[in-house]
Order: sequence, then C-alpha cells, then structure tokens
Amino acid sequence: MFHLALKMLVGDRAKFFMLLGGLFFAALLMTQQCAVFFGLLSWTTSHISNIRSKVWVVEAKVEQVNELKPLRDTDVSRVRSVAGVAWAVPLYVSVLQARLADGNFKPILCVGLDSTSLVGRPATILEGRLEDIRLPNSVIIDDLALQRLKTPNGPPPKVGDIFEINDREARIVAICKSDRAFFGYPYVFTTYDQALQFAPRQRKMLSAVLAEPAPGLTPQETVDRINASVTGMKAWTEDTFYKDTIIWYFKNTGIPISFGVTIILGLIVGIAISGQTFYSFVLENLKNLGALKAMGASNFKLASMLVVQVMTVGLIGYGLGMGAASAFGAAAAQRGNPPFYLPWQLVAGVLAVILFICLAAASLAIIKVSRLEAAVVFRG
Amino acid sequence: MPPSPTTAVAAFRITKGFGSGAARTMALKGADFTAALGELQLIVGPSGCGKTTLLSIIAGTLVPDEGKVLVLGEELTQMSKGRVTDFRRRNIGFIFQQFNLIPTLTLVENASVPLLLNGVPRSKAERAANAMLEQVGLAGRGQNYPRQLSGGQQQRVAIARALVHDPRLVICDEPTSALDRETGHSVMGLLKEVARKADRSVIVVTHDPRVYDFADRIAEMEDGRVLTNQLASPETLHALHG
Repeated sequence: MFHLALKMLVGDRAKFFMLLGGLFFAALLMTQQCAVFFGLLSWTTSHISNIRSKVWVVEAKVEQVNELKPLRDTDVSRVRSVAGVAWAVPLYVSVLQARLADGNFKPILCVGLDSTSLVGRPATILEGRLEDIRLPNSVIIDDLALQRLKTPNGPPPKVGDIFEINDREARIVAICKSDRAFFGYPYVFTTYDQALQFAPRQRKMLSAVLAEPAPGLTPQETVDRINASVTGMKAWTEDTFYKDTIIWYFKNTGIPISFGVTIILGLIVGIAISGQTFYSFVLENLKNLGALKAMGASNFKLASMLVVQVMTVGLIGYGLGMGAASAFGAAAAQRGNPPFYLPWQLVAGVLAVILFICLAAASLAIIKVSRLEAAVVFRG
Repeated sequence: MPPSPTTAVAAFRITKGFGSGAARTMALKGADFTAALGELQLIVGPSGCGKTTLLSIIAGTLVPDEGKVLVLGEELTQMSKGRVTDFRRRNIGFIFQQFNLIPTLTLVENASVPLLLNGVPRSKAERAANAMLEQVGLAGRGQNYPRQLSGGQQQRVAIARALVHDPRLVICDEPTSALDRETGHSVMGLLKEVARKADRSVIVVTHDPRVYDFADRIAEMEDGRVLTNQLASPETLHALHG
C-alpha cells in the first residue's frame, strides 16, 4: 500500500510541491543560519585554534580570549615555578596598525611567539620557511593578509615583500594558513621579542603565558595547581577557555538572539507550511481515506501511510535544503565570508528537527483520520 | 427468515440514534432485516428512513445501539473493532454512490486496493485487478486514470474493486444515482450477474425506481423500520412503482 500512498501524495502536484517547498525552506534556513552562527562562533575562538596550547594563563579578570589584559614579563617565571608545569612560554597578542606601500593603514593581529620554542606557531605554512621567523624584522602573514594587506590595483603581498608595523620594517618570510579572527583582521606572526619592538611601549606587554602540563598530569590538574599557587592570574585549559569564550559571546552580544530568531522563524514557517499543507491534503482526501477504512484499512495502516508520505517528502526536502546550504557554504568558503561551519551535529540536528516537523504535521492528520468514521463514505 | 447456511445477513431489532439529549434522532427503531446468498436484495424507502444507517451497520462501519447483526454466520455485534475491520477487509466488497476512486491512482491500482489491504503482493494484486477490469468491460484501460472515464465506466471500476478479492457480500450505496438510465441498467445487470453466478449476496440501497426490476428481493423501509422484505414478484414491483 505504501507505493500507492506515495502516488497519492505525488499525484497532487500543487500540494506536494508546497509541502516540499516548506520543508526545503525550513531545512535551508535552519542549516544555513546555524552554520553561519557556528562559523561566527568559531571566529571568536580563532586565537585558541590558531595558537593551540593545552594551558593558557592570563590576567585574573580576563573572561574570554579576545580581551587579554597585560601581565608583567616576570609572570612567566611565576608560572614556570609551579610544580606540575613542564614548561611555560610568553605570548604577545594585540591589534596593531600595518602601514602599506601606498601609505594606507590596516589593522592586523600581531602574535609574538617564544623565539626558542616557537610554541603557538601556525600549523600550516603555505609558502616560505617557519624558521625564518627568527630573522630580524621577520613576520609570517596568514592567507587572509593576502587580501587585507593588498594595495588597491596592486598584487597581493608575497614572501620577501616589506611593510611597516608602527614605523618598523616588517619583512614577510612565509605565508601560513590560519582560522579567521572575529573582527576580520589578518594574523601576523613574529617572535615575542620582535613583537615587543613592533608594539607601542607599555609598562606591561605580556598577553598570556602558554604552559604544558608536567608528565602524568592532565591539563585540568595543572590548571588547578597554577590557580592555587599564583595570584593575579588565572589558568584555563584549552577546552574551558574555548567554551567560556563562546558562552561570553552568548551572554554579552545580540548575535545568538539575532540568529536564534531567524532559526526559530525557519522552524515555525516549516511547521506552519508543512503542517497546514499536509493537513489540507488529508482533508481533501478524507473521502478516499474513509473509503479505504470502509474497505478494511486499519487506523494503523492509514497512519503508516500518512507517515510514509510525510517522511518521504520530509527527507527529500531535507536533502534539497541541506544541498542548497552546502552549496552556500562552498561559495562562502571560496569568498572567505560569511563564516560557515557545518559540523555533523548540525546535519543530524536539522534532520531531527525536520523529522519532528513531519511527525507534527502527520500527527494532526493521523488524529483526524483515526476519528474518521468509515460510514462517512455512505453519506453521499 | 431465520438464519440458515444460505443466509448472508440477519439483523434483529436494530436501533441506532445520533446526537444526544433533545437533539437525539433515532435513525433505526428496531429494524429487522435478512438477505440471502445468491440474491440481489434492494433496500428502498423515502429519504431519512434509515436505509444508509442500516447498510452501514450491516457493513460494520457503524455500531448499533441495540440489536444483533449476523453477517455470513459471524455476529458483528460481539466482535472487537479490530476484528470487525479484519472481517470487512476479507468478506465485504463496497460500491459507493460517488464511486470513491482515488483520482491519482490508475484504474488497475484502484482496483487492486482490497487485495493489497489483504496482504497480496503487488504484482499478483495488479494481475488480478487487470483480470477483473477485463470482466467488467474495461480491458486494456488499466493504466488510465479515473478522470479519463465516463461515470458508468468509473462505476464499473468500482465494481471491479468491490469484487477483486472475491467477497461473499457486496454492499452498494445508491450505485446508479450518478448514472444515466442506460448506464444504470448496465451496472445493475452486472451486479445481478455477480449475485447469481458467484453465490454472493448483493445488497443495494437505492432511491432509483428504474432498478427495481433487477431485484430478487426488496425490503421496504419507513421511519427507521423495515416494513416488508419480500420476493420481487410482479405484484410487489407494481405496488412499489405505484
């Protein structure tokens, strides 16, 4: 009977396409908006994903990774002195101004790494050599800088090119790949000492201390020991820093509300269009369903037919919606924006929501059909 | 007529009301009815006399308030709802006033529905449906849709659908009311043939005096009761035709 149920559904072209459209739209809107939202959130944690340290030690009042407050250089030694820390290195992160060849200024995210270990170095070098970062006045720029530090009508910057940071010469020795930062500034990596040369002089220049747990200790155990031993600083594991940063953006910006409203609208529109269309499809077929009931179709059989109909159209709508969202994501990846992150959890979550919409739409129809008296077919 | 091996339907003292309180209307007020195998039985009477309600109760699609209904030897009034549905699926064929063919299905798909509901595999069901369409004069039209047929042809498809699973009782609700005289006669001829040839009982509720001539037996109803249920002799027909 299920093939007939599907034929009944597809045979009513107008309703079928409206139902499909509603579910497609709901799947597309929810997936695309969630993926952009997750993409934005991933941008907020780009320092953590680019620098990759098991333990971060920052100023005690810091709430999230994008608002690092300065520490004294001697704080590195205080962290190193904690039993449970294998090693600790300084890190400098700040927004500086780069002056391009045409005299224009562009903001950059300058990251200063410990020159000996290069802990926090970029994971992927696209061009040039990482080691050359130790040469005087040397920097590694990321792939975004190829667009951002490009002069109008000029070629993108390349290895060997020179620009200025705070009136000091910066020579590009390599180009790396990095995750994009929330404010859209390119990453420029250099050594810690060189970064202090580029940055305007302040009393405190250290942004954070990156630490490694001693052998046998988990990052959380090391964090607990640091927090118990040093004052004026707070240690985080990479995971908690990541989560707390995201939570901070949830609590302190309108981003989740703005995206949440669109996502909920997608859900409501999906439920409304699909539920209403499927219900009216069932109402129009009530006489036929009554005839099937009179001929001996049980309520369970009719309910199964309705579920097969709505689930089939739901899965097609989901597939099309997910396909369209992925196409959007591919286009976004080519352009570099808007941010787009489509984890498997989102793919599965949207599927669950679409199936929920389908079941909600089917349940109204099932209630109607189960209350339908087969005798209705004898009433003219 | 007491129940016997040739009795298809026996209903005793059936009452059925609709609504509640002051608005309650009694559609059947102690109706008795019997129908035999091998006969075409008409149920006639004025509008609102309870014909359709009686037919629905015989078909098991309505439950009487009181009374006892035996269909093909089984007492429907003692069965659970699920068992009645099973019984109906296996033993009863339906022909409706408005044909109730599903417009988005082909004729062969429409005609195969009762077999599919009984769990017959699709290919076998469609073969049987095609054969039945051939028997009702629609050979080669299996892939057409109902909208491509005339009213008479659609009713023939409905007959094929009613008979495809070989039921012993065929229940027809005003099968000719939507048809012209000639087509109505052709449909009734087909139903008469079905009753006689296959030892089935065909019960037809009708308003249409043009079909009285096809009856083996005619039950006359009025005000929720069966007044007479007798063989369709020339005298009976004369009395009914007025």
